[in-house]
Amino acid sequence: MARYLSRRIAGMAAVVLAVLTIAFFLVRLAPGDPAALMLGPDASPGEAAELRARLGLDRPIAAQYAAFVGNALRGDLGQSIFFNQPVAQVLASRAEPTALLALFSLVVALLVAVPTGIYAACRRGSWFDQAAVSTAMLAASVPSFWTGLMAQRWLATEYGWFPASGYGGPDSVLLERIGYLILPSLILGVVNSALILRFTRASMLDVLGEDYIRTARAKGMREARVVLRHGLRNAGIPIITVIGLTFALLVSGAVVTERVFNIPGMGNLVVSAVLRRDYPVIQGALIVVAVLYVGINLLTDLLYLLVDKRVRY
Amino acid sequence: MAAGSAWEERGLAAALFSRRSVAVAAVFFLLLTALVALAPWLAPFDPAAMSVRERLSPPGDGFILGADVFGRDVLSRLLHAGRVSLTIGAGVALLSSVSGILIGLLAGFFRRLDAPLSRLIDAMMAFPDILLAISLVAVLGGSLANVIIALSIVYAPRIARVVRASTLVARELPYVEAARALGSSTGYVLLRHVLANILSPIIVQATFIFAYAMLAESGLSFLGVGIDPATPTWGAMINEGRLVIDQAPFLVLFPGLAISLTVLSLQLVGDGLRDALDPRIANQM
Repeated sequence: MARYLSRRIAGMAAVVLAVLTIAFFLVRLAPGDPAALMLGPDASPGEAAELRARLGLDRPIAAQYAAFVGNALRGDLGQSIFFNQPVAQVLASRAEPTALLALFSLVVALLVAVPTGIYAACRRGSWFDQAAVSTAMLAASVPSFWTGLMAQRWLATEYGWFPASGYGGPDSVLLERIGYLILPSLILGVVNSALILRFTRASMLDVLGEDYIRTARAKGMREARVVLRHGLRNAGIPIITVIGLTFALLVSGAVVTERVFNIPGMGNLVVSAVLRRDYPVIQGALIVVAVLYVGINLLTDLLYLLVDKRVRY
Repeated sequence: MAAGSAWEERGLAAALFSRRSVAVAAVFFLLLTALVALAPWLAPFDPAAMSVRERLSPPGDGFILGADVFGRDVLSRLLHAGRVSLTIGAGVALLSSVSGILIGLLAGFFRRLDAPLSRLIDAMMAFPDILLAISLVAVLGGSLANVIIALSIVYAPRIARVVRASTLVARELPYVEAARALGSSTGYVLLRHVLANILSPIIVQATFIFAYAMLAESGLSFLGVGIDPATPTWGAMINEGRLVIDQAPFLVLFPGLAISLTVLSLQLVGDGLRDALDPRIANQM
């Protein structure tokens, strides 16, 4: 167990280092001088030289890389060109709506997908099963921003059931801000429930064919108890994995959904940073999200140990 | 390992089209490809021709699917935009497969390369696809070729992972060992024996990447960070239409339907291919 943990954490450290390396070299893929690109065509050569010096771009590449990795590991993600503030601070100021949107969407996706997946597996081949599987595939084919725009047009603007866009003023209370996230979370959650539904259904189908399910039924246990107690408990592992995978989908979805509903989160920040060529912000956002993803996947692996006593490393 | 799979006995097409939904999807996709390929001849109007008097005309007589903010014909624009969107999807499927195969074969076959390449693949897959894609386009610039390159970088790790896993298995197969023992060069063994053996999962994965790349491209164009806005794509049409969605929702509705139906048909074909090529996986899903 301790050996497994240390190996797993060493692997995670290697991936984090690779993430930092990719983020470092990404900006250097740019044709020409990154400093000149960031400043735009109107900048004088003097300004470009000054920015190069400030970003350390005039030093040898190995020294730049060492400094970049060292700083990132200490939580220093550099300085935003546009805001003239530390990137970590800029990201933190936009984290709340994105984190809440991703969390609520995950809850919505789980609430939709897990019961549907279980029921579809129990009634394999029925009209309900076929409808659930087809709907899941349809949901995975529709761009979430399109669904979002249509919902915004009809449910918010036309019928006024939800606020159409925004995230409340600077002095709004949390509950008020959450109101703005209801419709975006519903859209993002439903659109991303497809993967969880397929996994839940598939792993329930696997488990329901096992001997101990037949035994449980044979001893006269009620079907609901068989399915939930013996079935779901053992089918839980793949469902936990897929939560980690869904996280990446939700973050991608949040980027465009925030744009649709004009929510001032990290997604909107990154899109603006791309248009402003604020490379340090883009790098910082990539690093934060990727490290979170790696961390969540480590956590889901550890959850295995708690959920399934058979798993031993 | 194709031996015993359904398509060897019945032929791939028969196995693929045994499900009606897959057959319908494949026919739809082929028809769509033909339609957009013939767009210059089929489109009733020049997609760039503006007519201020007819701006926001609803679908009907003059313009079958209506006219946009500049009075341009929506149907003609949809057809021309479809060329760009499908080109991107096909380009990404091809380029990501070729580079993914190369990386995956190297990682799977040469033990010394496995650890660093695998960490790199893991790290690439830790970035959400849209986020990585917009960062790459931001750095490379928004031409058609650069969008294809950026999305191929995003999706190549998925192919590489499948190829690596299959190569690890294929490497230990007796006839691969035999070929090496007989003195075949490493390159020959990789291409002739290993790659030929793992083609099925690659084809399935490439079909899904075709679909994901089209979705991702529409997202990029919607965000305004994709191809330069003068080129019509389905995502860009939605982005233009959203400004007038209250008066003319059809400007958002039609391109969205085009994306959804195309991606859905590709996913159905991918599903069908998976079932036809590899029944073992099919039983699990």
